Formats: sequence, C-alpha cells, structure tokens
Amino acid sequence: MVGFLQFVIDVLSLGGAYALMALGLVIVYGILRLVNFAYGELIMVAGYSLYLLNGSALPWLVMAAVAVLMSMFMGIATDYVAFRPVRAKSVTAVLITSFAFSTLLQNAALLFISPRPRNIPLPDLFTTTIEIAGVVTPVRNLLTIATAVISLALFAWLMRRTVIGIAMRAAATHFTMARMLGVPANLIISSAFAISGLLAGIVALFWLGRIGSVVPGIGLEPLLVAFIATVIGGMRSLQGAVLGGFLLAFIDTGLNYTLPQDLLKFRDAFTFSLVILILLWRPEGLLKGPASGQRT
Amino acid sequence: MIKVSNLEAGYGPVRAVRGVSINVGKGELVTVLGANGAGKSSLLLTIAGALKPTGGQVHLDGIDVTGSSPERMVRRGVSMVPETRDVFPDLTVAENLRLGAYIRRSKIDIVRADLEKMYALFPRLQERVDQAAGTLSGGEQQMLVIARAMMADPKVLLLDEPSLGLAPNLVDQIFDMIVELKTTGLSILLVEQNASKALQIADRAYVLRLGEIAAEGSAAEIAEASDLHAMYLGG
Repeated sequence: MVGFLQFVIDVLSLGGAYALMALGLVIVYGILRLVNFAYGELIMVAGYSLYLLNGSALPWLVMAAVAVLMSMFMGIATDYVAFRPVRAKSVTAVLITSFAFSTLLQNAALLFISPRPRNIPLPDLFTTTIEIAGVVTPVRNLLTIATAVISLALFAWLMRRTVIGIAMRAAATHFTMARMLGVPANLIISSAFAISGLLAGIVALFWLGRIGSVVPGIGLEPLLVAFIATVIGGMRSLQGAVLGGFLLAFIDTGLNYTLPQDLLKFRDAFTFSLVILILLWRPEGLLKGPASGQRT
Repeated sequence: MIKVSNLEAGYGPVRAVRGVSINVGKGELVTVLGANGAGKSSLLLTIAGALKPTGGQVHLDGIDVTGSSPERMVRRGVSMVPETRDVFPDLTVAENLRLGAYIRRSKIDIVRADLEKMYALFPRLQERVDQAAGTLSGGEQQMLVIARAMMADPKVLLLDEPSLGLAPNLVDQIFDMIVELKTTGLSILLVEQNASKALQIADRAYVLRLGEIAAEGSAAEIAEASDLHAMYLGG
C-alpha cells in the first residue's frame, strides 16, 4: 500500500511536468503544423534567469515569476525570429530556423555564462520532505502535482471560455476561416507561443528544481520528452498531449520501480521500445486531434 | 457598395479569375452563376481577401481595398460564407457564433441581441447550442455558417453555394432565409450552381465561364437568355 502510494505520487508529479511540457509543444504544433525545436531552450532561459537573479534580495517567488516571464518572452521571440520571417515559405526553412535559434541560444549561454553547471536558487521547501500515510516524499513532488493541476485547469478555462482560446482552437482546424471572421493570424500565433513559453517556464522551475543547476544543454531532454508525449498522445490533440505526458511518466516510473539495478541505466531503451509498441498499435497516437485543416 | 474591376487571381500558374468586373449595389442581391471550376469560389475568396489578387481592383464604398487581409475585410463589413461549410467542427454551435462576433466582442449587449435574432431566424441552431458543430447535419451546418457570418454585422455578405449537397426542401428553406436577410438592407453576392433557384431570388446575375464574365443582366434577362444552357454547360 505504501509502495503503491509512493508510485502514484511519483507518476503524478513526473506526469504533471511531462504533460505541461507536451501541451506547450502541441499548442504551437496544432496551429502551425510545425514543431518548435527551440522549445527546450525555453527551460534553459528560465534556468539562467534564476541563476542571474541568484543572490539578489528578491523573494524566491518573484525570481520564479521573472524566470517564467523570461521564458514566455523568449517563446514570443522564437516566433518573431525563427517562424514569422519564413512561415509562409516552406516547412524545411522553419525546421532549420528553429534548430538554428535553438543552437544560437545554447551557444549564447556557453559564451556569455559558462559551459559548466550553474546553481540556481531554490526555496527550502524544495529540499524538504514530508510524510503522508507512511510515505516519505519530497514536498517538491506535491508542489509539482498541485501546480500541474492548477495550470491544466487554467489552460482548459482559457481554451474553452475566453474568445482568444476559442479562436486558437478554431485556428487549429480552419486557419483561413478564422481569419475571415476577423481573428488576426499574428495574434493567434503569438498567443500560442506565449502560452507555450509560459508552460515551459512553469515546468522549468520543477525540472531544474530536481537538479538544482542549469547547463546550456539542459533543454534537450525536456524537448525529447515533450515530443514523445505528443507523438503518443496524437500530435494535434491537446487532451492527447496531457494523456501522453502522464502515460510516458507512468512507463518511466514503472520501469524505475521494476527494472533490476544493472538494467536501470538502459531504462530509456525500454521506454522507447514501449513507445514503439504503442505506435505500432496506434500509429496516429492515442487521441485524434481536430479535423485537419490546411497548413498555414 | 462593392465594385470589382478587371480582377485577376489564381493558384500559381493557374489563372482562376481572369479580368472579372462585377458590382453589387446597396441592398442588392446579385448572383454569379457558372459551372464547376468556372472560378466562382476563387472570385469570392479574392474579394474576401483569402486569395491575393494578381491584378485589378476591389472597391468597397469607393475605397480601394484590393489585396486587404481577410481580417481587415471583415472589419470593413465584408463577411464570407465559404463553400465547404467551414464550421469549426470541434467547437460548439455557441462557440462558433461567438467567434463570428469576434470583431464586435466588446459590444456584449448588442452581440447578445443579435444572437437572439439569429436563434429566432434559425431555431434549429438554438436547439443544438451546446452540440459540437461537426455533429450537425449538412443543412444545420449551412445555417450555422450563415448565422456565424451575420454575427459580424456585415454590410456585404458573400455566399458560396449555400445549396450545395442539400435536400431540395432544405434548399428552399435556406433560400427563404437569404431573401429574409436581404430585407434588412444587406448587400448579398451569391455564387450558385443551382441557376434556376438563384435567379428566382436575385436582382441581377452574372454568368462566369472559365474565369471570365460570359453574360450579365437582370435576373429575368439571364433566365430568359436562350443560350444560358450553352454558356453554362459549355464551361
């Protein structure tokens, strides 16, 4: 029983972070049909923002808010630098520019900060543990779950109840039609990037909170995780991204618990084998996205 | 109201609209007839701003609006009802209509009153207000796209083949509603393959063939023209 509760907490906290990451990737993909490969660097940007604010007299929550805002800002910047100039031209061009922007950001971090890990400030709460029903778990895990629940609820509210959210869902199926109703294309796309950056920034706090430091290449793993989760979930479905995130966390955590010690370092190989099996069973992903419209 | 002169548009090397000139007066219902591939839809899309013209001009109330973006055209009062019945399938009927009023979203009271008017005109939509638009029947989707376009409070309505794929009694219903919309003083440009139906309700008509105007005149003149079938089927 205690082991089970522990497992559930681990899956939910990891899954919450994965789900938010996947959602940030899919909201841009759903509208533009383009994967933002500079997405992982948003985590890096949030991390270095925290690092640069380290030692300032600001309370941690303010530093965290600044880091999240920086990530959001960088998300919008991705649109302006990598997507907008070449969006109408070709898919290949955007693929390359988003890779280029990703490399640019990483190299800027290498050049101006350091290739070595840099510590980020964390509140004491992140390093304390708590005992619930006999399970000792880091408070950080519970915070991750709570944050994920609140973020997902806010996200759902935004997409269902606000005009801009409804317009974004509409643009994911018939972009030109949405424009013919007066919804400005650039506003929709920038909003998608802003939300994407916001989600990445929130995840960054917990992702980096586990490690306690940031390096220039930090973004690769979260990008990969988000990408796999969206592929499992159905690539264009927002619900699918969340489902994919939790499923991937379930697989990862399940393997952590069951694999023998000497096989544990090959965990990713097992994870990806399972992902391949899922995709063989459901090549389209678990959930079907909105009816596909044309690419914009 | 709307004046199109020598309009040219196309897709890459394909010229779909070749030097078309038409005009629609205030409160007038003008129909553009033509066979499949005559360039009717392309003409409407170009006026709506969704297709970039390669030549010619579009004037709205005397102002040159050639090549305006679709979002700007709807703000100027030109609403488009596309042929493919482009409802947003995952959005509910209410959400579709709410998006239709996007450019007037701050005027909550006026929009709510207009919404009531639309529900009065299309009671079927009110019955299905929380249903996903993709689950509606073809006729209901057609009503929804017309109502959605009307939510922008347009001066000019561009209607692309509203009768396409509908049962005859539904076609009659939709055409009755178009006549009703006309009585409010709305200018309507109606593109149709169903020539006899369209000519019954239109004031004037143009026949489009291979991207060019082949004939124009009052609806009665076009209906009586002996070579209508030749022009039509010859396309």
